[in-house]
Amino acid sequence: MEGDIANLGQYIGAGLAGIGSGAAAIGVGNVAGNFLSGALRNPSAAAGQTATLFIGIAFAEALGIFSFLVALLLMFAV
Amino acid sequence: MADKATGEGASHAAEAAGHAAEGGSGLNIHPMDQFVVEPLFSDGPVHMFTVTNSTLWLALAVLGVALLLVVGTRGRAVVPSRVQSVAELAYGFVHKMVEDVAGKDALKFFPYIMTLFLFIAFSNMLALLPMSFSPTSQIAVTAVLGFSVFIAVTVLGFVLNGSKFLGLFWVSSAPLVLRPILAVIELISYFVRPVSHSVRLAGNIMAGHAVLKVFAGFAGALGLFSFIPILAITGIYALELLVAFIQAYVFTILTCVYLKDALHPSH
Repeated sequence: MEGDIANLGQYIGAGLAGIGSGAAAIGVGNVAGNFLSGALRNPSAAAGQTATLFIGIAFAEALGIFSFLVALLLMFAV
Repeated sequence: MADKATGEGASHAAEAAGHAAEGGSGLNIHPMDQFVVEPLFSDGPVHMFTVTNSTLWLALAVLGVALLLVVGTRGRAVVPSRVQSVAELAYGFVHKMVEDVAGKDALKFFPYIMTLFLFIAFSNMLALLPMSFSPTSQIAVTAVLGFSVFIAVTVLGFVLNGSKFLGLFWVSSAPLVLRPILAVIELISYFVRPVSHSVRLAGNIMAGHAVLKVFAGFAGALGLFSFIPILAITGIYALELLVAFIQAYVFTILTCVYLKDALHPSH
């Protein structure tokens, strides 16, 4: 093991930023689950809403991507 | 056995920028080595016009799209052949997406969106071939795609609507006190769009391929029990096939959403 305290903080920070990905997973699961529970109540209306589903998933995912970006920056750019 | 696996990768392992996991024992496959951009014909440094493995697979993606659309529809049969029906399905799929999400007057921009979809779908799918390189895993490639959409949509919004385009940031349905605060938030979220747009694609593809390599490393380390990670790889590979398509779909559908904002900026 070698390296200094700055590297230590960098790696710990990158690891902590990974928590954001998990939080985004909760958000995406929420969107998909709610879509499914609505779609099973009214299956005839579900087909027209798949585009909305993917837009919702994409927006929920966007903030998880920023945590991933922070992790990348900490690992490679700082 | 593990030595043989690294023999190939060791030469450019040193080149891999920011190779953090170097020197660790145990796992000897470096999952990030597959993303190293290197020249095809020489060992020299990569310049502006050096032909790299990324160039090769980008060109193959373009070639695949051209083959599908030009050769596939050459017969123009009333009863389509298999290739022709794939081309027709792709056309109808994107056409319906543009019409549903962005509206009828966005169909002028259908060729651009169709190009984006087919190019991303093909480079994602070709990257799943063994020993291939995935161009869409490079943020440089996806950033060009994402920022070109962003710039095109912003210019289009101002050209078509003039200063009314700024109404996108002024939420007229909110109470007057809240509107300046919302305007700041809307402005930030507008400028963050191209970043999330491009990093989503690159991140998903890169993470998927890295996971495949990590599981391949498990298969090398487990010896007799290597059939367990191999079964897992098969499952993950199927998932990656789905992700390759869904990410192309998400990229195009978000382009349609941004286009709709530019055509009808009222909130």
